[in-house]
Amino acid sequence: MSDKVIYAMYGDDEVLKSSAKKLVSGGVKISEVYSPFPIHGIDPIIGVKGTRLGIMAFLYGLTGLTLATIGMYYFMVVEWKMNIGGKPNFSYVENILAFIPISFEFTVLCAAHGMAITYLLLNRTLPGMPAQNPDPRTTDDKFVMEIRMSDNHGVSEEKLDELLKDTGFVELDKKIIE
Amino acid sequence: MQKEAAIREPLILGNKTYHDVTEDVCRPIEGKAPKMWYILFAIALIIGLYGVGSILYLLGTGIGVWGLNKTIGWAWDITNFVWWVGIGHAGTLISAVLLLFRQKWRMAINRSAEAMTIFAVFMAGTFPLIHMGRLWVGYWVLPIPNHFGSLWVNFNSPLLWDVFAISTYLSVSLVFWYIGLIPDFATIRDRAKKPVAKRMYSILSFGWSGRAKHWNRFELVSLVLAGLATPLVFSVHSIVSFDFATSVIPGWHTTIFPPYFVAGAVFSGFAMVQTLLLVMRKAMNLEAYIHTKHVEYMNIVIMVTGSIVGTAYITELFISWYSGVEYEAYAFLNRATGPYWWAYWSMMTCNVISPQLMWIRKLRRSLLFTFFISIVVNIGMWFERYVIIVTSIHRDYIPAAWSMHYPSHIDIAVYVGTIGLFFVFFLLFARYFPVLALNEVKTILKGSGQSYKESPDYHKHH
Repeated sequence: MSDKVIYAMYGDDEVLKSSAKKLVSGGVKISEVYSPFPIHGIDPIIGVKGTRLGIMAFLYGLTGLTLATIGMYYFMVVEWKMNIGGKPNFSYVENILAFIPISFEFTVLCAAHGMAITYLLLNRTLPGMPAQNPDPRTTDDKFVMEIRMSDNHGVSEEKLDELLKDTGFVELDKKIIE
Repeated sequence: MQKEAAIREPLILGNKTYHDVTEDVCRPIEGKAPKMWYILFAIALIIGLYGVGSILYLLGTGIGVWGLNKTIGWAWDITNFVWWVGIGHAGTLISAVLLLFRQKWRMAINRSAEAMTIFAVFMAGTFPLIHMGRLWVGYWVLPIPNHFGSLWVNFNSPLLWDVFAISTYLSVSLVFWYIGLIPDFATIRDRAKKPVAKRMYSILSFGWSGRAKHWNRFELVSLVLAGLATPLVFSVHSIVSFDFATSVIPGWHTTIFPPYFVAGAVFSGFAMVQTLLLVMRKAMNLEAYIHTKHVEYMNIVIMVTGSIVGTAYITELFISWYSGVEYEAYAFLNRATGPYWWAYWSMMTCNVISPQLMWIRKLRRSLLFTFFISIVVNIGMWFERYVIIVTSIHRDYIPAAWSMHYPSHIDIAVYVGTIGLFFVFFLLFARYFPVLALNEVKTILKGSGQSYKESPDYHKHH
């Protein structure tokens, strides 16, 4: 299915933000915004929800803590009660102080790497992937708003042009993508 | 857009636009390297290769090639390890702790400080590995099922905690650094003209898009990684200090070691950042981004952590007398007045007196003076570890076993070699990587840029 996409390019983040506000209040759904750096305050305007990666990091950390505990319990208490100075590890709890540093390190290790990998997969950014931005200038000093007509069945193209007209864009591009 | 008080000095000098930031950071990467870069790189490479050669000789011959003896089983190797790990603390501190405190001045320096951290931890990791003597059985430090029966690594041992701490720290810092680099690599990718460069930066940038949702995730990931890295950075040097503190050697067996080591690590790390950045900002024309104010902030950190270190030295000295343990008292008396008095007093001069000069505003804002002090601190912190390690063990309980440590030429070559390798890595980084977190710097341009702060509109709203 072919889709018509309008790319409105701005030279300033604040201008894009006020333009986005205007469009959204006019009933337009802004499909995507590409920017060279995070524009603070754009997410609620264009309806981007907060990420849940933080929860994932917590779960990965919990997994790490569990693995470290099970591992050390098995190695040091079940499999071989290492006898240090006549004080063998009879139970995990009695010797827990010695196990805290590694429990902590392994928790951090799993949380950090688990979250980083999830982040890369969610963004579909992996080594060798082709660039996904519509214009090379969006990683320098230009800010692009992408409006897909398929997301805006209720808005006619004329109305969109009317709304965009005075928003201060530097370039307007229309493309048909398959 | 966030605004700040007019009284705060701008963090970005001059009349910069977003495009100027991109230009200023990318120009040194895209252009030809200056002649000086090749000269420095060649020197660093020769020294580094000499170090690698010495390590190979060491591995082929055995640890006997060092100046160790029966009494002094730990000397330069472990000193260098602790020194490098300490230096490796500044990067994460700058990028993680300062991120949590929302300190904007970190943005100009965090990238290169983190690079320095990673390279320093590489160098640090080399020392325990080569100290094993048989590098090829280095994997024995990992808890892997093996053919030796029920033989596991000892999870009660601080030395094993260190394995976990250092490897976690290295890999987490690397990930933290790289996640920040991805958008900046994308900027270089989108500007690259030569096909090879375009291909390389395209691979390195992972196809970064700059979508709003991706930036949203980016900011959260940075925040959570900072939250994870902050306790991590404190844990790493605490655990390094446990290597000593959990032993029963007079001079090592002290409870103040963890905070004292962490403060010392931050102290030496910031000194190394100063040494590198003062040269880099000049060589790469980044004076508008890393200027006197940044240097002053870092000098204040050096002053505070230096004071903590100084207090720790004096506390140690006092407690050794107050404890009433004569071995403990002797260990410290011997440090100050024994055959290694020169090392002790070098340490005291470099680490206790020199940071106090930073109380003087004129001095802490002087770049030349800062550069000088940063070198002094680096030397002082090496001596600190040398004093703690060698002077505590060279005279043990039996006077017949008393000994001195004289470094062999391999001891020196391995140490100097790691400095060479460190600069090889750092010079490569400065040549091919964006040395400034350019996309982060752009976010503070309007809030902290000079031209914006001085414009009449700046304080109208909000």
